Amino acid sequence: MKYVDEFRNADIARAVAAEIASITDSGRHYKIMEVCGGHTHTIYRHGIKDLLPDQVELVHGPGCPVCVLPMGRVDEGIGIAERPEVIFTCFGDMMRVPGSRGNLLEVKAEGADIRMVYSPLDALRIARENPDREVVFYAIGFETTAPSTALTLQRAKKEGIENFSVFCNHVTIVPPVRALLDSPDLRLDAFIGPGHVSTVVGCRPYEFMSEDYDKPCVVAGFEPLDLLQSILMLMRQLDEGRCEVENQYSRIVPWEGNLQALKSMAEVFELRPYFEWRGLGFIAQSALKLSPAYADFDAELRYSTPGVRVADPKACQCGEVLKGVLKPPECKVFGTACTPERPLGALMVSSEGACAAYYNFGRKSFEKVEIGSK
Amino acid sequence: MSEQREQRVLDALEENRRRPPKFTAPRIDMSHGAGGKATHKLIEGLLLPTLSNPALAPLTDAALIPFGDNNLALTTDSYVVRPLVFPGGSIGELAVNGTVNDLAVSGATPVGLSAALIIEEGLETEVLAHEVEAMAAAAGHAGVSIVTGDTKVVERGKGDGLYVVTTGAGVADPELSLSSASVRPGDKILCSGTLGDHGAAILIARGDLELEAEVLSDTRSLIPLVQALKETAGSGLRFMRDPTRGGVGTVLNELARDSGFGVVLWEERLPIRDVVHGACEILGIDPLYVANEGKLLAVVAPEVADGALEALRRVEGGEEAEIIGEVREEPARMVLMHTGFGGTRMIDMLVGDPLPRIC
Repeated sequence: MKYVDEFRNADIARAVAAEIASITDSGRHYKIMEVCGGHTHTIYRHGIKDLLPDQVELVHGPGCPVCVLPMGRVDEGIGIAERPEVIFTCFGDMMRVPGSRGNLLEVKAEGADIRMVYSPLDALRIARENPDREVVFYAIGFETTAPSTALTLQRAKKEGIENFSVFCNHVTIVPPVRALLDSPDLRLDAFIGPGHVSTVVGCRPYEFMSEDYDKPCVVAGFEPLDLLQSILMLMRQLDEGRCEVENQYSRIVPWEGNLQALKSMAEVFELRPYFEWRGLGFIAQSALKLSPAYADFDAELRYSTPGVRVADPKACQCGEVLKGVLKPPECKVFGTACTPERPLGALMVSSEGACAAYYNFGRKSFEKVEIGSK
Repeated sequence: MSEQREQRVLDALEENRRRPPKFTAPRIDMSHGAGGKATHKLIEGLLLPTLSNPALAPLTDAALIPFGDNNLALTTDSYVVRPLVFPGGSIGELAVNGTVNDLAVSGATPVGLSAALIIEEGLETEVLAHEVEAMAAAAGHAGVSIVTGDTKVVERGKGDGLYVVTTGAGVADPELSLSSASVRPGDKILCSGTLGDHGAAILIARGDLELEAEVLSDTRSLIPLVQALKETAGSGLRFMRDPTRGGVGTVLNELARDSGFGVVLWEERLPIRDVVHGACEILGIDPLYVANEGKLLAVVAPEVADGALEALRRVEGGEEAEIIGEVREEPARMVLMHTGFGGTRMIDMLVGDPLPRIC
């Protein structure tokens, strides 16, 4: 397939892997975090860890927007979806995210009108087609999906569509990374920066990582060669003692970001003072809500959501696993109170979360595999 | 953390996994129909314990019931596809081929089919007639007749136009011993052609995605392919399945679990059409979990594998057959794929529906 297969070339991969190996210090252990869930997916799907030296460990970060949603926000979405006048719309992977009493798929089975959409604009179309119903869009995602929600709201306002509202759960990428960097027991050496988020925000927001925390960061694309090349760029920085923000994904990511998208976001959203992350607790200024100019479209106001907080069990140690302090089976609730069927923490929600992968495949989720002959 | 403690956690998980699953969901939701883990739980946790009997227990595509000197093979399947007519086929053709294929991969020759039609009030007669003709044509092609049936009409809004339920009876070949218990390390895994064509054709035909691509469903009878394998592989033919709902990924996980061995795949050997690959790439779903309706997955002894592959490729519908992997001692009860990129990836059973990802 053109423009995809070129970035999956095994010969080039071997050459890049050999270069990484050649600058790896055999006496040192490197922990590199990929912040974004999309990168985690690529790493699993193409088996990238098998191409790296034993000394280089990839740590999966907090960047899966559905995994980090706290149970309270899922419960509140379900509360809105259960109202008889509401058509509730959301992205496909939101359907299985567990709240304290089930997920959207189960609520749909109980009779709620829940529809999967591929874009918030589809939700707006449903609102136009059903003027006698209330259509609510469950907005999730980092700065990657926030502009499309902003654009949809701008359009709804312009067209005066009154039966449409948004339950906003957009989060921002920098605050959780800063929270990780601030923790005294952090054991990470470098970061792979998120590619799609950066098409919107650019590379500048990551400069604090190298300037204030001495951690190199390379913004990377989503094909396996993109990731391998960005790991090489990070290893070169570590090898040469440099500490910078670099852009591996320059074919897509402008250094300054997408100014038009940022402008739309600035008009439609404002920062929440704080927001809860599953397994990580409350993080200041880490999420977006609708601005006063768009208050009429805010489902939180329209349905007076109570802002219930469902406490993470004290024993949940997602934060420690994320920081690289604990391995999944060392968490107190791993495999007992927290399982892929009934996840408590973010890392158990997606099958690619570190804990879910360990639950399903045991040590093989960490170990390198001897390939053998065909 | 000590190695021993980690081992204790792993052992506890393993013990959990071996316990018969309990079905705890208060209601049935769509994930219970997707063919993956939730469907397994429904069948093994709710149906199997209550209906328990020796013919049902192996949960194969068709049950084998001793009858005189032979084994009678019996299978049933219901078809609820939307739209009724899609590129490459329609519900009537699918309903006959699907049941014929469940018999064929069980090593049985079909002797008769039944068909039940559940028709929604308001369905155009022309549409129904087209489907009955499609059923007759598919049955004729497979050399079997629809010998009994039933019709019911339900009120408007209570069905998607037409649901079809088919049951097939056949006589099992006494020479064959097809089962996950016959599989041995070193055996090769054959796939008769490209993956995911049917599921991709349906997704695109529904029109929700606004994708325009020419993908045809692969619905067809597997009898000629099975025949070719039987002739060339003989007693080296160990196991056959029809990777429909849940796809090749799910079937191979069942094989790994039931045989106790590992399954190893090579990604670059997986036959996948460019257009299916592209559609799956855009939607963020994996062709390994997408449904097929005319593909045969077979495990054969290594010494007959090359001959079996050649035989498949000579049959219509098997031209793109490949040896996609093999059975190994390790990783026991798991499926591992060597990726085209040079790494490895564990292939899990499908969890819920293959839903598109946002990230």
